[in-house]
Amino acid sequence: MTDVLDPPILAQPGDHGHAHEGPTGILKWLTTTDHKIIGLSYTVTSVIMMVIGGALAEIIRAQLTSSNNSLVSLAQYNELFTMHGSVMIYLFAGPFAFGGLANILVPIQIGAPDMAFPRLNALSYWLYLMGSITMLMGFFTAGGAANFGWVAYAPLSNSINTPGAGADLWIAGLLLTGFSAIFTGVNLTATIFYLRAPGMTMFRMPIFTWNMLVTAILILLAFPVLTAGLIMLYCDRHFGTHIFSVQGGGVPVLWQHIFWFWGHPEVYILALPFFGMVTEIIPVFSRKPVFGYKGMVFATMTIGALSLGVWAHHMFTTGVVLLPFFSIMSFLIAVPTGIKFFNWIGTMWRGEIWFSTAMLMAIGFLFTFLVGGITGIYLASPPIDFFTHDTYFVVAHFHSIVMALVLGAMGGLYYWGPKITGYLLNETIGKMQFWFLFIGIQVFTFPMYLLGLRGMPRRVAAYPLHPSWQTLNELSTVGAVMIGVSTVLFMVNIGYSWKKYPAGDNPWDGHTLEWFTTSPPPHHNFYRLPRIRSERPTWDYNHPDRPAKAHGHHDNQDEVPVV
Amino acid sequence: MRRVVALPIAALALAGCTVPTFGAAPGVTTSSRSAYHLWQGFSIGAALIGSLVVVLILWTMVFHRRKGDNIPEQSQYHIPLELTYVIVPILIVIGLFAWTMVVENQEVANPKTSVTINVNAFQWGWKFTYPGQDVVVIGQTTQNPEMVMPVNENVHINLTSTDVIHSFYVHDFNFSRLALPGVLNQFTFRAVNTGTFQSQCSEICGLYHSLMYFRVKVVTRPQYEVWLESKANAGVAQASRITNNQQTSSVVPTKLTKSKGDN
Repeated sequence: MTDVLDPPILAQPGDHGHAHEGPTGILKWLTTTDHKIIGLSYTVTSVIMMVIGGALAEIIRAQLTSSNNSLVSLAQYNELFTMHGSVMIYLFAGPFAFGGLANILVPIQIGAPDMAFPRLNALSYWLYLMGSITMLMGFFTAGGAANFGWVAYAPLSNSINTPGAGADLWIAGLLLTGFSAIFTGVNLTATIFYLRAPGMTMFRMPIFTWNMLVTAILILLAFPVLTAGLIMLYCDRHFGTHIFSVQGGGVPVLWQHIFWFWGHPEVYILALPFFGMVTEIIPVFSRKPVFGYKGMVFATMTIGALSLGVWAHHMFTTGVVLLPFFSIMSFLIAVPTGIKFFNWIGTMWRGEIWFSTAMLMAIGFLFTFLVGGITGIYLASPPIDFFTHDTYFVVAHFHSIVMALVLGAMGGLYYWGPKITGYLLNETIGKMQFWFLFIGIQVFTFPMYLLGLRGMPRRVAAYPLHPSWQTLNELSTVGAVMIGVSTVLFMVNIGYSWKKYPAGDNPWDGHTLEWFTTSPPPHHNFYRLPRIRSERPTWDYNHPDRPAKAHGHHDNQDEVPVV
Repeated sequence: MRRVVALPIAALALAGCTVPTFGAAPGVTTSSRSAYHLWQGFSIGAALIGSLVVVLILWTMVFHRRKGDNIPEQSQYHIPLELTYVIVPILIVIGLFAWTMVVENQEVANPKTSVTINVNAFQWGWKFTYPGQDVVVIGQTTQNPEMVMPVNENVHINLTSTDVIHSFYVHDFNFSRLALPGVLNQFTFRAVNTGTFQSQCSEICGLYHSLMYFRVKVVTRPQYEVWLESKANAGVAQASRITNNQQTSSVVPTKLTKSKGDN
């Protein structure tokens, strides 16, 4: 394994002259088809959406600090939680992952010059931006923004119960961002199948890329169903179809089936990319290969497959679904997720762990996701779901999950940000941000678990008959404020570290191809590529004498590289 | 190993008494108690597995910190270990599912009942009708209408909705069920304690969702019959005062009063 050749030169700096002859500044941003610039646009836009969604959340938490608060009206409150959920799910978490980081990283991780369809990629971003603006415009209509919850259950979402333009803008915005997601799914799938560099076999792809492949396939299976459902909802509202209305012979529960047939795969469309980010961060900062790489890949595939058969666990309390089937399928998802947990621990085990901000965020993800995952197992059991469904227990459960994803996202930004910008972020401010975020999340979610068990339903603006719930609500608000402070610290860090700490090509002793190229990567990404003989080509190049060991092989035995 | 430990503890959970509540409450019906014991069992399993994972992570964080520029052994696979954490979780999941099924079958069973109550949810209140008794209880938002039922008897509920989806959520019964327009949802309660239990709608149903309250009052059989008697005379009069489609905004606290918007 010491016969590593100098990689052949593919290009020289200054080649690809056409990249420099194009427009610059805002015109370049408007016309670009470069996946890195589009990905950066996606990242910045989605982080702005996170800030907007977070601001809505802080108003919600402020309203709930008192049992009969008049900070916002009942009508405004319904708009707030609807738009908070919609912005966070539709406009932040997904687009950040598969439009932002995946767009930037997947082509580089597999040694490709760009996405397979660069113009479609640009269309994806502009659809996403326009969809986001469309949805948010609801706040400026006479009737206010959509107010039927982010799940838009029929018949509350029909034109009689929710007549305003805000609801239509919500549907239109979601259709646009839905198409953007579908196009990105097409693009990622084609890129991963057709544009891998020589030597980059499927089982040498980084876990992040693997997870994005499964995510992209889930997008292709799930999002068209949502799009169809939204068109049906729009037709019910405006063209007199009666697909979801009892009066015309329709079935309201059909909307729930369509919505959750998208909605549950969507949970994994959101989660898998962040699993991938964590699976890139932990091995690098432990200086070890991913433990159980192939097990990790199969676990991801299993999660993807199972996620298509569990949608009705959101509907246990409807009384019209087959409980045992959806219960056992939901329980089974715990198995591949558990495999991932033990593989993450196995990766850290006997490693040399460097507690950088990125690694702290990844470890914070593990703890927070553990809480969310375990409470998810409770909810797979219908008798337990019957008394926790639609209470704050469920709210706490999925906030443990999504806030774990935020920790993963922040880890991803601290880890890959230097690759994208060429500059590191300040580690001291980063660690302060981590502690505010991590402790804030726990202070924010744990009171909500207890509130749910004490009977507080979700989506209530006031609880005048239950003043005893006030203390726990106040505590939860304290946690939400801490999370807000962590977001401010992140912004401060970006300002403070602006072009201050040059990163170099490989600041973390990375494993995968993105750490082989320059920071930021050139147009078309690579001047040269190393030989790709494992899932860690950059590590193999930098440490030719330390390949990954198969089970039973130790350093003093014959070295057999794992292929 | 973990399973061997979990089983006796789960048996203990079934016995009830000394096992912690883990934040939930036993409730006052037969099935609420089964669901509560299931909750306790899940919580013990969660505590065991959760602490195992937390201890492993903390262990590696403390003892495998980076101390120098060493490169650790690049071990990547350990098939027996990996198989263990595939098979053991599958066994745990099957155990949890089996117990779930036992409780669930009990909860959705349809035993012989002595009392039937038709529950109708609407924006934003509840109507409780006692078939054959000429008794109707109806009330909106903070009027907090009361559903009265006898203790130690199987009570059959027929749940419907007039307009949008609502949820019949009785916290002390550890139970909720959606009221769906166009669907008749049926289930049975057997309360074992008397008392009055504050409840409310738990599915977003529009403007006054937060205030869509009702109470469940469990009384003895003689009290129940006295109550039926008194309501049978007054019931019709009350029902005619408030109809489903009439918004009685006077019952809503003034600071929360708001027009119905564009409706």
